Amino acid sequence: MRKVLVLLVLALLVAGVTAQAAEKKMKIGFVYVSPVGDAGYSYAHDVARKAIEALPGVEVKFLESVKEGADSERVFLKMARNKYDLIFGTSFGYMNPMLKVAKKFPNTVFMHCSGYETSKNMGNYFGRMYQARYLSGMVAGSMTKSNVLGYVAAFPMPEVIRGINAFALGAQAVNPKAQVRVVWTKTWYDPAIEKEGAKSLLDVGADVIAQHQDSPGPQEAAEERGVYSIGYNTDMSSFAPKAHLVAPIWNWAPYYIEVLNSVKDGTWKSGSTWNGLAEGVVDLSPMSDMVPADVKATVLARRSEIKKGDYVVFSGPVKDQSGTVRIADGVVPSDQDLLKMGWFVEGVIGTTK
Amino acid sequence: MFDLTIRKRQESLGWTAVLIYSGAVAMALLFSAGLLFFQGNSPIEGLSLLLEGAFGSSYAIEDCLIKAIPIYLCALGVAIAFKLQIWNIGAEGQFALGAIGATWVAITFPGHSSWVMIPSMMAAAFLCGGLWGVIPAVLKLKANANEIIVTLMLNYIAILILDYLVYGPWKSPDSFGFPMTQEFSSGAIIGKIGETNLNWGLLICLISGLVIYIFFKFTVMGFELKASGENVRAARYARFPYGRLVIISMLLSGAFAGWAGFVEASATLNRLQPTIMVGYGYTAIVVAWLARLNPFYIGISSFLLAGLRVGVENLQLELQVPAAFGEIMEGLILLTILAGTFFINYRFVRRPRP
Repeated sequence: MRKVLVLLVLALLVAGVTAQAAEKKMKIGFVYVSPVGDAGYSYAHDVARKAIEALPGVEVKFLESVKEGADSERVFLKMARNKYDLIFGTSFGYMNPMLKVAKKFPNTVFMHCSGYETSKNMGNYFGRMYQARYLSGMVAGSMTKSNVLGYVAAFPMPEVIRGINAFALGAQAVNPKAQVRVVWTKTWYDPAIEKEGAKSLLDVGADVIAQHQDSPGPQEAAEERGVYSIGYNTDMSSFAPKAHLVAPIWNWAPYYIEVLNSVKDGTWKSGSTWNGLAEGVVDLSPMSDMVPADVKATVLARRSEIKKGDYVVFSGPVKDQSGTVRIADGVVPSDQDLLKMGWFVEGVIGTTK
Repeated sequence: MFDLTIRKRQESLGWTAVLIYSGAVAMALLFSAGLLFFQGNSPIEGLSLLLEGAFGSSYAIEDCLIKAIPIYLCALGVAIAFKLQIWNIGAEGQFALGAIGATWVAITFPGHSSWVMIPSMMAAAFLCGGLWGVIPAVLKLKANANEIIVTLMLNYIAILILDYLVYGPWKSPDSFGFPMTQEFSSGAIIGKIGETNLNWGLLICLISGLVIYIFFKFTVMGFELKASGENVRAARYARFPYGRLVIISMLLSGAFAGWAGFVEASATLNRLQPTIMVGYGYTAIVVAWLARLNPFYIGISSFLLAGLRVGVENLQLELQVPAAFGEIMEGLILLTILAGTFFINYRFVRRPRP
């Protein structure tokens, strides 16, 4: 009888241990293209990673400064082999390497930011940053005296072109004379080159500098010349307290937690997600005190209109640089058209090459 | 009392050299361990994670070999020019041109079998990379232009050409405006070796290394090249065809870098896109020097460097140290090995005071 009891106790113990083992931690990996300390794009993703790390039952790791192409493929492969449950890759150039690895590891969920490929276990996501850029364009258009807005931009790809166009439309909405001058740096993160790019725009008369870059270089250039600036990614006011008016910013945490939970309870499905102001993934940072109260009120009113769906940023008529109507009156362009956007709206000075 | 003076060594050191280099690496690892310790991590755990990530499993070795392939080809290329004391800093641009040449073949004549595609892509990469190397050689001979400047500047031009092509005429129609060509047809992709993740680019490395070894060891031109590198004036006096040697060494130098570009585009990316440029051409210069320009040692040093870079990823992932740690470690190792080279070439001699 005693033996039976001992055996029973042992069996219970074993069962308990196995139950505990089954409740193992979920492994989540983040892969960034630039260092997380850059106050920019990767930093914004990493803020969300830290929010996830604070949740129970997860083990979160990240790798920074991972080059696109072969290096990223190896990193995804490594994470998948180590049985990660969920992997986020946040740079466009990770798309094809991730797709290759995803096909070999069906039990891992892959999430790619800013691309277009999907597979059974790989989804993509991005944010409608153009909505926030439109609002920041309204601020810039209201504050300029010379009516020349400078825009330091990374690469002539749809994401960046779309942002420039939205910025220009926002500026023109409050100031029909506003024009946007674009300079391409062909870098995502190079403080020196990006600062020089901003200076070249200041030399042609720009008095507000906006940027699609991950370094605060352009902000510093504006601060030094005593003109205004519009940040990007995160609130960059600490880099240029006397110049920084507002920044269109990322807020990834709610979406990432949503993805994590859906993977956890098995409801995750592959697909493309493109959330905007309404879901809170993009937004405006608090506006500086240099922005007059009436401008703030106009911008915030438009913000809530966009949020509610009462106003659509690229609704026609929208003309391109040559004056041809590209989006007809009353037409709302499809997401496909927005994702492929390769032309500048009227009032933008620069080329998309 | 006595003074210390520095004398150049006359005799070769043999196995002691191995000892000095191992000591150098050990010292760099010791410094790195110290850094880990100050960051609050266990140095032993850190270093074992590094080694495990680099060489601890068949996957790891595979990853290192894949990463070493382009580095090896570029380094073999620059070593040929360096032997002649032609300072080719342009492997990066020659790499880009090789990728461009191979891509042109791949997207202009799609649909052929790999027996046709791979050799013609190799030929195109050889020609494009090689000719990009010949430009500075001709400028050096005809206009006395410094090849360091010219090769460096040609790197920027090559990358701009690549950008122009992938942002412009070669942009895939279904890439949503993103800069990349369409995916190569299956015939234009270098296959994997058996069940592994390794590609047949490894074979190109082995054959190229062997050919260059034989070239320097057993051919007249190889001898002329080596001898001219050691003393240009003597070579001219001996009526070696110096001009021709410069052209040929730069042609080969560029061609091998071009092959690296071909392998990266075909086997790894399966298309051409700007992300192909990650600086192998510059890494190659360091690797070639560490290996003292010997094809066999270049193999070892590119494998070890690849191992370091792959291993550091493991260290980063497990201990969450910053990415800069890997770069610091790489810098430390290069520095200590360079210091070690000094002891291999020179020795301290005690000289009593008169």
